Amino acid sequence: MSIEVKNITHIYSEGMPYESVALQEVSFSVADGEFVGIIGHTGSGKSTLVQHLNGLLKPKSGAIFIGDVDITGEKVLMRDIRRRIGLVFQYPEYQLFEETVHKDVAFGPINLGLSEEETDHRVREAIGLVGLDYQELAERSPFELSGGQKRRIAIAGVIAMKPEVLILDEPTAGLDPRAHKEILDMIRSIHSTEKNITLLISHNMNDIAALSDKVLVMERGQVAMMGTPREVFSKGAELKKMGLALPPAAEFMDRMKEKGFPAETSVLTKEEALEALLFQLKDNREQVVQ
Amino acid sequence: MIRDITLGQYYPGESWIHKLDPRTKIIGTFVFLVALFLVKDFWGFLVAVAGLALVIGISRVPLSFILKGLKPVFLIILFTFVINMFMTKGETLVGWGFLVITREGLYNAFFMGVRLVLLIIGSSLLTLTTKPIKLTDGIENLLGPLKKIGVPAHELAMMMTIALRFIPTLLEETDKIMKAQMARGADFESGNLLKRAKSLVPLLIPLFISAFRIAQDLAMAMEARCYNGGENRTRMNAMRYSRRDFLAAGAMIFFVVLIVMERNLI
Repeated sequence: MSIEVKNITHIYSEGMPYESVALQEVSFSVADGEFVGIIGHTGSGKSTLVQHLNGLLKPKSGAIFIGDVDITGEKVLMRDIRRRIGLVFQYPEYQLFEETVHKDVAFGPINLGLSEEETDHRVREAIGLVGLDYQELAERSPFELSGGQKRRIAIAGVIAMKPEVLILDEPTAGLDPRAHKEILDMIRSIHSTEKNITLLISHNMNDIAALSDKVLVMERGQVAMMGTPREVFSKGAELKKMGLALPPAAEFMDRMKEKGFPAETSVLTKEEALEALLFQLKDNREQVVQ
Repeated sequence: MIRDITLGQYYPGESWIHKLDPRTKIIGTFVFLVALFLVKDFWGFLVAVAGLALVIGISRVPLSFILKGLKPVFLIILFTFVINMFMTKGETLVGWGFLVITREGLYNAFFMGVRLVLLIIGSSLLTLTTKPIKLTDGIENLLGPLKKIGVPAHELAMMMTIALRFIPTLLEETDKIMKAQMARGADFESGNLLKRAKSLVPLLIPLFISAFRIAQDLAMAMEARCYNGGENRTRMNAMRYSRRDFLAAGAMIFFVVLIVMERNLI
């Protein structure tokens, strides 16, 4: 299972005076089991891109292969695509509608035509995966939960469909630091148990650096860069030109270097930064002793 | 998909028609609509079509864009056409059992069809060339004299402004929720009527919740800025009639005279 996007172009309101090119000749590929972070300035085409991946939007030109199926083809069944690719939108809690948490999470699996038994099993599993207690919440209304809980239930609704590719569009937007960390840990643990491809859109570079195997940088509807977090975040100047930031640790090391300290700049996390600094200091002291 | 509805939409432009005072355009549209009902044969419609074509030409709104706005009301037009065709008594042309097409019926069907299309195009030109906010400002101003007999003109206009302002927001919200539910395998397009109606539940409930949330936020934001109705409020862009408007008024009078003359002379 892999994703192969080939030269897709998308134009909003084509032929109107306010038409805008949202994606232009976008190509990239994702290997099985990879975790890809997608970053880019607001309006760079990230959300448009991920909506193409499960067929909600059709490209004007180009092809998208999920495994060996081209999902832009005419004969493709949307139901099959959505079974394989789960998309969690921004603020997913606004899509909750059922009377009980159980029914809401079951909405996806039932639409897939699964049996009652299988649905029930998946709902329990999904609510467990997002770190909530099934017994406690199942029969409550989703509208009386806290913001963080609502969001996790909404994410559970997608996970219960057991997608081979899970796409999350800014899953931590508007959450407090604690809920933020919980959602992030949840994403990490889902990725490691389900072994699926995960795509994460985020503006938080720290999260991207900590979770991703690869980072995709979007700029004005085009792919500006794609590589490992280390490769991408070592190009601080280019990222800043696009209005993007570095992870705090990399930013710190960058500034140290500017001040004349011989710092290692390809660090991603604060642990790595600390290690690099200690190493450097030890080196310095040895030189002084000699 | 849902963004393709053009009825009641604004088409940005800088034309002469766009720049007219909203009050002129509202009165002009009203006059045009009344004139359409004065017309009693196809020659009169020819005058109306010529007038409309002139306005469309000046406004530079593409004809294809205007015709797209007819799509949602196509069924109504068709319905009117068919009812008129079969329900008018007169000289029989074709007949299958109780379904009879008469000469008069065919004439009436075309007559009503053309009138309806012209009505819709005429009124959609108003919204196509006038920003919603300007439109409601114009309406408030025109309703102004009625304030004296207790008509809450400002409040009505404000309600309309808010309603118009939130149409795109709600459409966007609908689009978003629809996509989110489609991503969870919801199907809005197939099945019989009952199944389709049922499939709207996952769309409507979140939509209502969103609408209430937005309304509450807006009310709070307005209160926080001490909004309390129309008394003594001034506008950032005061409306003023210019030479353009007098010219337009002249054209309107000329148009009405033509229509009335056609009605009485031919």
